[in-house]
Order: sequence, then structure tokens, then C-alpha cells
Amino acid sequence: MIGGLFIYNHKGEVLISRVYRDDIGRNAVDAFRVNVIHARQQVRSPVTNIARTSFFHVKRSNIWLAAVTKQNVNAAMVFEFLYKMCDVMTAYFGKISEENIKNNFVLIYELLDEILDFGYPQNSETGALKTFITQQGIKSQTKEEQSQITSQVTGQIGWRREGIKYRRNELFLDVLESVNLLMSPQGQVLSAHVSGRVVMKSYLSGMPECKFGMNDKIVIEKQGKGTADETGKSELGSGKQSIAIDDCTFHQCVRLSKFDSERSISFIPPDGEFELMRYRTTKDIILPFRVIPLVREVGRTKLEVKVVIKSNFKPSLLAQKIEVRIPTPLNTSGVQVICMKGKAKYKASENAIVWKIKRMAGMKESQISAEIELLPTNDKKKWARPPISMNFEVPFAPSGLKVQSRVDVRGTHPMPWREEDEKGTGAADTVSSPSGWSESCTEKPGGDIGRCHLGRQDDRRGWPGGHEHT
Amino acid sequence: MTDSKYFTTTKKGEIFELKAELNSDKKEKKKEAVKKVIASMTVGKDVSALFPDVVNCMQTDNLELKKLVYLYLMNYAKSQPDMAIMAVNTFVKDCEDPNPLIRALAVRTMGCIRVDKITEYLCEPLRKCLKDEDPYVRKTAAVCVAKLHDINAQLVEDQGFLDTLKDLISDSNPMVVANAVAALSEIAESHPSSNLLDLNPQSINKLLTALNECTEWGQIFILDCLANYMPKDDREAQSICERVTPRLSHANSAVVLSAVKVLMKFMEMLSKDLDYYGTLLKKLAPPLVTLLSAEPELQYVALRNINLIVQKRPEILKHEMKVFFVKYNDPIYVKLEKLDIMIRLASQANIAQVLAELKEYATEVDVDFVRKAVRAIGRCAIKVEQSAERCVSTLLDLIQTKVNYVVQEAIVVIKDIFRKYPNKYESVIATLCENLDSLDEPEARAAMIWIVGEYAERIDNADELLESFLEGFHDESTQVQLQLLTAIVKLFLKKPTETQELVQQVLSLATQDSDNPDLRDRGYIYWRLLSTDPVAAKEVVLAEKPLISEETDLIEPTLLDELICYIGTLASVYHKPPSAFVEGSRGVLHKGLPPRTGSIEGPESPDTAPSGEPAADQPSVIPTQGDLLGDLLNLDLGPPVTGPPMATSTVPMGAVDLLGGGLDSLMGDESEGLRSDVGGSPAIGGSGSFTAAPSSTAPTNVGAPLGSGLGDLFDLTAGVGTLSGSYVAPKTVWLPAMKAKGLEISGTFSRQVGSISMDLVLTNKALQVMSDFAIQFNRNSFGLAPAAPLQVHAPLAPNQSVEISLPLNTVGSVMKMDPLNNLQVAVKNNIDVFYFSTLYPLHILFVEDGKMERQMFLATWKDIPNENETQFQIKDCSLNADAVSSKLQGSNIFTIAKRNVEGQDMLYQSLKLTNGIWVLAELRIQPSNPSFMDLELSLKCRAPEVSQYIYQAYETILKN
Repeated sequence: MIGGLFIYNHKGEVLISRVYRDDIGRNAVDAFRVNVIHARQQVRSPVTNIARTSFFHVKRSNIWLAAVTKQNVNAAMVFEFLYKMCDVMTAYFGKISEENIKNNFVLIYELLDEILDFGYPQNSETGALKTFITQQGIKSQTKEEQSQITSQVTGQIGWRREGIKYRRNELFLDVLESVNLLMSPQGQVLSAHVSGRVVMKSYLSGMPECKFGMNDKIVIEKQGKGTADETGKSELGSGKQSIAIDDCTFHQCVRLSKFDSERSISFIPPDGEFELMRYRTTKDIILPFRVIPLVREVGRTKLEVKVVIKSNFKPSLLAQKIEVRIPTPLNTSGVQVICMKGKAKYKASENAIVWKIKRMAGMKESQISAEIELLPTNDKKKWARPPISMNFEVPFAPSGLKVQSRVDVRGTHPMPWREEDEKGTGAADTVSSPSGWSESCTEKPGGDIGRCHLGRQDDRRGWPGGHEHT
Repeated sequence: MTDSKYFTTTKKGEIFELKAELNSDKKEKKKEAVKKVIASMTVGKDVSALFPDVVNCMQTDNLELKKLVYLYLMNYAKSQPDMAIMAVNTFVKDCEDPNPLIRALAVRTMGCIRVDKITEYLCEPLRKCLKDEDPYVRKTAAVCVAKLHDINAQLVEDQGFLDTLKDLISDSNPMVVANAVAALSEIAESHPSSNLLDLNPQSINKLLTALNECTEWGQIFILDCLANYMPKDDREAQSICERVTPRLSHANSAVVLSAVKVLMKFMEMLSKDLDYYGTLLKKLAPPLVTLLSAEPELQYVALRNINLIVQKRPEILKHEMKVFFVKYNDPIYVKLEKLDIMIRLASQANIAQVLAELKEYATEVDVDFVRKAVRAIGRCAIKVEQSAERCVSTLLDLIQTKVNYVVQEAIVVIKDIFRKYPNKYESVIATLCENLDSLDEPEARAAMIWIVGEYAERIDNADELLESFLEGFHDESTQVQLQLLTAIVKLFLKKPTETQELVQQVLSLATQDSDNPDLRDRGYIYWRLLSTDPVAAKEVVLAEKPLISEETDLIEPTLLDELICYIGTLASVYHKPPSAFVEGSRGVLHKGLPPRTGSIEGPESPDTAPSGEPAADQPSVIPTQGDLLGDLLNLDLGPPVTGPPMATSTVPMGAVDLLGGGLDSLMGDESEGLRSDVGGSPAIGGSGSFTAAPSSTAPTNVGAPLGSGLGDLFDLTAGVGTLSGSYVAPKTVWLPAMKAKGLEISGTFSRQVGSISMDLVLTNKALQVMSDFAIQFNRNSFGLAPAAPLQVHAPLAPNQSVEISLPLNTVGSVMKMDPLNNLQVAVKNNIDVFYFSTLYPLHILFVEDGKMERQMFLATWKDIPNENETQFQIKDCSLNADAVSSKLQGSNIFTIAKRNVEGQDMLYQSLKLTNGIWVLAELRIQPSNPSFMDLELSLKCRAPEVSQYIYQAYETILKN
């Protein structure tokens, strides 16, 4: 198991050092600094073995977190733990920076004592931790409070504390999809997949039992076979609107065995924001935009770039907050941009032209042209030609995913719902979403479900192949 | 006010000030002071002088302060054990606190203080906490048992904590269960023999139930524990798999990988015809692909594991090639791993896509990545024959780019392509020759020289080209020198008239002006060959070469099976067994996959423990060249009689590798002088220089230098081997470095042409030089004793190993040991004397004249009373009667007669031990199924106590 955990600043100075096992000595702290942080070359592996001691590291901005061990530990677990540790710290004091870590070192030691015992990760859900690791020192807790804390920390629902009350019960759902696209220099799509995340912000009272539905092919097939009175069937049963999800993973609050047997996603959510699920699809992806780049080299010191984007969805729909990022060579000395729509700017610090368009309707086209001046260099190192990428929000998901959400509140705490919400105990709030997604959203009283689809499209071969940049 | 100020106090007299503050009456000031102390501790300053003052602050109701003091205690208690006692009272009191958080904190901290006196006081509170009403305390106490075990294992056993811990597996709280499982697994690891984690269907059921309820970390502990379980039949395996499968959808990648491990392992037991087997295969692919959307560090871990899974079960991911395409913003370590997997998945169906990708990668920025991409193109050509042409033209395109390292890498792989498809692509040679001058890496130069030598008759100016290399002969690396020597000899044999001068020049350079024994020896061999019999020389040097094989860098199957059992762990990331990087006893326990069962009839033989690894221990498949080479070098004898190495004689590279070892033994037999001239150490005589080549191309590099034809020589040595060498077990570690102040000894026993030897490898893992080695044996059952002193010629520097073959005789003093073949050894060096004991296989004592006359045999058989007869079973032997007979003969077990009774072969055999004991055997061979035989062995001997060991020897010989 994990033998020790160290946090360093960018210079390799130790900010936090916590040793859990006797086989890890102080010299391990220095070994990592010398061999990894101060190593001249780029990091070649996140796992380093120095003198029979293994170091796992992750970096957050310029802070290094390293877990050390001399045993054959579960490597995946160590990394998952390090990420979790970052999440917990962020939840407590915000951005992970040298300043914040130094300011909170007592808290961090306290956390490390709690979430890692003899190198074994323990409950690390922020919701639970915040009930008893506070920065106020000891609060005088009653016996009930104490046992409530311990039962929650060790309980089956370790991610949520009891007795949460909201005046207004709200649930927000964001579907964030990122389209990964691989195109040949001829513009042919080699592979495309959507990796999506469903992010939920829940502000619900009590211990709400939630069900989450989507137009997943297997579910719909199952429903078709099952009871005829299912509401979903009439709308979505046609099969045309269903999508084939290749795979999905869930937050630990989701009952996996139930998903495995019934394909139903049921859970008691943590309080606040969390990622409910991730999914991946490869079939029938709607590409909301096409990006067509043209690059011409004019002599050794000048490049002409023209990028056309075409929106590829129904004209009645609107895409928003479109941002196209066009990388420029490292030896760029100046850029002149002309665009018909939106605003474009060359950002020297990011080595890119950033082009922003507020909205764009479907089946439209827009273009930008730029002249890039280059400094003559002798540098033989080639420019890596990063891909053009774009970010946008569209009122549909490129994967075709649609959400039906159902929130049941069962028994646990009748009072909070009775007061604020007419729907009362056991009320169901079902939102089915036909393509006119945004309309159904605004019509809903209380605005309890808000959502948007944030898309991201990376066109890896933004630059046509065979183009030499020196 | 922020806490960061504590990091900046660097005043003089700081300790004094802190001392004063710690003893202040004001609580706030005290707390501030402790914070300062902890900050100093963090940055590595020694604040142990403040021990009593800090401990004084421990009695407080401020939990934050208490935790800080505990943190300090954990760090310094060991250096101040007497003072640490001061803290005991508070701990014991805290363990009784009404607040469960404080009880848990006390027991948690106490377990981290490694001071004997405190440990004593820990037992009572721990016992109470293990049965505490609060689950939070119990889960903390469970881990504390593991801590205590690490400090004092005996104490834990004596106090009965292990039983209490076992009870916690049935606890009502899932987190308590998970921590108990984790603690028990860890303790069990250091007691491989104990049946601590007594897993049975009932306890497995409990674990599977807890799996659905506990935290993500708990799920990992439980899954990792489940993976060690051996289901009793395929139905149980299937039902566990069914209950583990839902974990594949967990957001935590470690949970997913641990579930994959359980499934991969138990799948081994399922019949391939089962519908469920196919379902499971399909279910495994999507989660593995999803792991590639995780953060890069996890992707790396996942990819290293996928690399293993793809080798073990290629069918799982065969349609998923595209997901391994490299993304622009992947970190370099992810890119390199993806590339590796792409090559493994390359097939005729997807080769066009793969090649297009690889070509793209070859123009990337990172040099390592580009090199690997170029090599990958070569490997595709070798793997998928239909693509070879396209690969070659892609490589030619890349050579045209004139990027130096691309060109060199391309030439190295083109050489491999020539070795796979000889005489097919010579048209490219002209292009290659154009780039001769730009080659500055030894590997590329050697490859180019090999090509010139191999195709000398088609290159008009081959002599000029080779001559140009000869000018700087002594500055070249060994690899290039050897290659040049061979190439020029080849050239001479092809065009003798024009190149006589050249060949003389190179031979004299190699034999007279070089200090390198490899080079010199090869020079001499060529010289003698050429001078005695040029026709033979031609046959030898220009003989047709076997083709190189497709998959060159596969992990050896036994290791692969072991690594599959370690999916998700560091071992799977390093692709090494845990013993290679874990110190001490942990991880030495060898894991293996369960045997495939349609119907399990119980353990294979009475002697194999059910938890053993029947499939894993027998190298049924050709070992990789690297291993083979290593083995032969280590053993320094002709290839063993038995299966695997013989099989490699048909494997191209094997043949040439063997020369290193084989030649030595040849020469050793003929002239002692020449051998010592080589330098005494077989490692030098062999192919030491070749092993330095990167493993991915090792086979071809090794193969190429020696050229051809010498395979004949190998056959010769193989012949010698059959007559004289008995089976030699692989070396095992006898004395771990931990126990001998850094000296590690591993070894094995062998018998060759009547002499027994103990082949040792001494490795110095300490930091100082070791010298003055000596060895002594204790009295033993057969009077084994060293026939010569242990000779280590030079002092052993740190991190060096030396291989020694110690001749043994059997004239030492005799004392019956238990077990009979136990040997106690003492080794001395300048540091200390170390003792270890080992078991020697009895067949090293079987003498060469153990063949009894037929009549004599019959008489003796009757003469020995029936109660002296013992019977044994050897199951699932893959050999028929003749093979058995010849295999045993290699180890001096002689077949006297063979009969066929009712379709069963009966062999009558005899053998004699060094002390003159005769053993007679009747071996009944009956087919158990089409490909396997069951052997029934009856042994008769006047000293029946040896029978069991004779049986073990039989089994070892026949199963290896």
C-alpha cells in the first residue's frame, strides 16, 4: 500500500510530507526531487522506480503530488487516490497552489490522516469529510451528532449526510459532450467518437431517491418488451431516436448491480455538483460543425490561413458561445485577421488565434482569414502542428442523447418536501425531452431543471498533412 | 492571518523560542507553536529536541491540536522511545473516550508508533476497539491489526487478533468488512503458507455482498482479494464473474481494473464453448476502451495492462484498433504505449489504417516516438505479409526525408525485413547505400554492413563499401566490428579473387590487434575454417538462414500468466513479477492462473498443493530469446535434453544464440587452455555484447552478426548434450540479499558427464565491495561436498554478479537429513558468514553406469521384498513411451526392457545412486486422453526411504 505522500512546489521544496509506512524514509523525499522534479528531460512516465522504491506522481498547475511505495500496490488505485485527494483539497480551499497549500497545511495533514490509514484509502467523499473535519477545531458535538457522523462516514451512503434541507428543491443537469474527430488530410473522417459527461447539481432535501433515464437503445428495447404502459414507449420506442451507447461509467452513488440487471440508473445523489455518469458512443454521431482549413505558405516568412466553419444542424436551432482556436507556429511575429462574423484575436501567449462568435444558426457558414508573419529561424525543431479545436453550446447532443429524469423522494424525510413543493412526498418530476429541448425547459414551473449541451470538437488534423513548417 | 508564515521562520535560537512558546499558558500560543514545529518537521528540520514539550501539549480537548501532537509523535517516537512512554497514558485514556472519533484517532495513532513499549500497551485498547459498538472505531481497529503485525507479528498471533479480524469479515458494516479484508490480505502475504484468508464459498458470498455496498476503495480491496480465490469448479467461477461484472461500469478506474483482473483470471476456468464465455469476452472490451478517456496517468496504467490483456486474449480488443490512435495532446508516455498496442492488434484487416497512422507518427516531433513508429512499420511488414511491400515503400519514403535518426531506424528495420523475406526487396539496396555516410549509430551501421555482406554478390562495389568501414575498425563498437568481420568473410566466400587482401586484413585486425575475446574467437574460427576447408566454410557461413519469426517481443507465457494475476498493480505496469522490485518476503509468492477445467478431478498429483500453479510452472512454450540466452549463459553447458530448448533449434535466432554457450562447452571439453584464455567466465565467452541490444530487436541483432551455417555446430552440441547433460532446473534464489547483508545467492544443481556441480550466481546488492568468498557444506545424506574451493577471482563490486560453477563430489561425511535431500550451506565473505539450506534434486546423484543386466534386474526385483515397493502417479505427461525413455536416459535412468501389455506400455528401468543404492522401476504408461498420458510408477529399492525423492526426480524430469 501507499507508504508515504509528498507534496512539492515547482522548485522541489517539500510542502507536505506524510509517511505511513516504516519502509519509507526521509531519503525518499529527496530521491524524487533529484530524479524526477530536477531531471532535465521531460517526464517519460508517471511511475518511476528509484532504488526499488516506486513513485507515482501527478501535477496540478506547478504543484507535484507524489505517492511512494515499496510494495506491489494497486497502481490504478494510487492514481485514483491522488486525483481524489486533489478534489478534496479543491473542495476545501479552492485552487491547488503553493500559497493555498502552505496556508492550509494543518488541514491537509488532518485530511491525510483521515483519508489514508496505513496507506489504505478510506472514505474520501467531501460531503462526509466536511461534517467532522472543519477548520474550527472541535465543536461540542452531542452523542447523537457523533454517532451520526461515524455512521455516515462508514455507512452505505457515505457521500451524503442526513438532514439536508432546502427551501427550494432544485436539480440541474448538464450534458457535456466532447466530439473527438480524426480526419485524413483529404477531409475524410477516419474515426469519431463522443465522450459525454452528465453533470448534476442537486439541491434536494432529505435522502431523495432519483432515477435517471436516457434514450439508450438497450433500455428502450427492454421497455418495448416489458410493460406496455410505460410512458417512454410511445415517445421514444420508435428506435429511431434511440442511441447506442458503447459504454458508460457511473458515480459511486449509482447502484451498479441494478444497472447491470435492469439498465435503470437509480441513486441517492450527493449534495451539490457531481458527475453522475460518463458515456461513450461511436455510432451515428451528428457533427454539429465542419471545419475546413486552408493553409498556404508564402515564402519562408509568411503563412496564409483560411478557416471556414459550417454549421450542420437544423436552421431553427442556434449554437452559442462558439470559440475556434487556430494554433500558430512558435516563431509567429505578427498576425492580421479578417473575419466576417464574431471577433478574432491573436493571443501570442497561447500561440493561437482565438475566434469567438456569439451565436450561429444551423446550416450557415462563416469564415476567417489570417496572414501570419513568421520570424526566420534556424531552429531545426519542427512545429508539432496542433489541431484546430472549437468549443460551443448547442441545444442538442451530438451523440443524440436525450434525458428523462425522474426524482422520487421516498420516506426518509417527509417534511422538507411537504413544505416547499406542491408535488409532495413521492412526487415524480418527469421531463422527457423531444428535440425542442430548450422550450420544454423554460415551460417547466419552478425552473427546477436547467440544462444545456456543451460541445467540443477537436479536429486533430486541422492542418492538412504534408505541410512543412520550419 | 495565514498559516504559510510558519514556513518562513529561519531565525537563530528558534528551538529555544519554540520551547518557551510550547510551555506557554495560553492555549492559542501553544497551538501556534505546535504548528511551527510541524512546519519545520515538514521541510526536514530536526525538531526532535522539543519532544517532551510537544508531548506535554497532548492533554487537550482541542482536537486539532491533539492531531498535530500525534503527527509529531508518529515522526519522532522511534528516535525517543523512552520519552514516548509519556504519551501512553493519554492514548489509553483516549481509547476510552465517549467520542468515537477520539477513540479511533487514538488507536489509529498508537498503531503508527513503532516503539515496543507502546506496542505492549496497545493490545488491550485494540482488543476493545475491535469489538467497539461504533463501526468507525472498528474499521480503524481492523487496519491497526495490520500495523501491529508489521511491528510484531508474533504478538498479533499470540493475542488472537487474527481470529477477531477474521470475524470482522462478517461484520454488518461494509467498510469494516473492506478494511478487515485489506488487513488480512496484507498479513496473509507475509505468511504465504498460512491459511489465513480462508476463502470458501460462504465467505466469498459475504464478500460479494459487501462489494455492492462499500466505498470505491473498499470495492478495490475486496476485488483484489477475490482474485486470489480459486473457485472449485467452472460453475462457481461463472457465478462469481456474473456478480463482479457490474463493477465494470464504476467511475473509479481502479475498481474497473480490479474487476477485469478477477474476470480475466476466472475466465481461464470457463469452457470456451460456453455461451457465457463469449458474453464475458464482449463485456470486457467497452470498459477497457473507456479507461482511455481517463486522466493521462491512469491511461498509462490502463495501457500497460491492456498490453498484457491483448497478448493473453487478443480476441477481446481485435476490433478496437482505432481507439489506440494517438491523439495530439497525449503525453509521450501514453503515445508510446498506444503505439505498442497498435502493433499487437495489427492484422490484415486493418493494416492499411495502421500504416497510414504510423507514417504520420514518423513525422512527429518527439525523437523516441518517431523511432518507435519507424520500427513499428518494420514490425508490421514482418507480421502481415501482404503489407510488406507497402511497408517497404513507406520506409523508403521516410529515408528520402533524410532526417538522420529516421534514416538509421529505417535501415535497421529493413534489415529485419530482409531476414523475413530474403531476396525480395533487393532493389532498395541502392537507396540504402546512398545513406551510408550519414549512419553514426552502431546499430544502424551494423545493420547496413550486414545487408552489404548478405547481398555482396549483387552490390558491385561491396568491397569498397566494406573497406571504407575497415579504416576506423578499432573505433567501432563491438557490434559493428563483429558484423564487419562476418560480412567480409561472406564477401570473400562469394568473390574470393578480388577480396583476399581484405579478408586477411580483417582477420588480422580481429585476431591480433583486438582485446575483445568475442571478436578474437570469431576471427580464429573463420580463419581456421577458411584455411582448413573452404568448402565447409562456405557451407557454414553462407548456409541458408532460417526466417525470423513474427512476434518478437511477446512476454514469455509463464510470466504473462503471472502478470495477468497482477492486473492493476505495479507489477503490471513494470511488466515484471513483484519479486523483481519488492524487497523481502512480500510478493515472492508466485501467482498463476487457474487451470482450465471442464471437469476438475482434484489436484494433479498428491504433491502439488491445490493452490499451486500447475499450468504456470511448466514452460510449455518456447521461451523468448533473451531468456534462453540468459539460461544458456548461466548454465554453461550444452542444451538440456528436454523439450523447450530443443524446440528452439528450429527457431532461427535460437540457433545462433546457442553458439555462445555451446561453443564454450565444446572448447572446454577439448582444451582446457583455450577456455581459460577466453577468460574463464562464460559470460564473456558468450554473447554478452548482444544482450545489450534493445529487447524489441534483440533477436534479429543477435541473429545477424554470426551470419549463418553455424547452426550445424549447434546440432553437434545438442548431440553432445543428449548424451551427457541431465535436466537442470532453473536457478532459484537460495539466499535473499535481505538475509545476507546484501549478498544474494541463487543457484541450481546440474550433472554433466559424471560430474556434479552447483551453479551459483552471487550478486552483490550491498554498497561495498565483497571479497574473500568461501563455501562449506554441512554433513548430508549423500556426502555431497565441494570438490574445489569457491573461486571468485575478483572482488565483487556493488551491483555486480558473478556466475560460478562449483564442482561437487560425494566423498564428504554422511549424516541422514530430513528431508533426505536437504543441504545446509555456509558461505563466507569479508563481511560475515551466512547460512542457508536448499533441496537438491536427486537425479544429480544418478550415476552413468546405472544400467543393470536384464537377468540381474529380474533377480533383484524378485529379491527385494514387496513391502519395499512404493507406487506413485504422474499425471498428464505429454510424452509417449519412447520419448519418456530417452528423456529419462538423459538423466541416467536406464530402460532395460519395454513391453506392451494390453495396449499399455511398460518400461522397466534401473538407476544407481552415487552411494551405490540401486533403484528399480516399473513404469506403466496409459493414455488418459488423446494427448496426455498417465504414468504409474512402481519403485523397488532396498532403502525405501529414497523412493519418494526418486519419484520427485522422475516427475521433474518428465514435466520439464
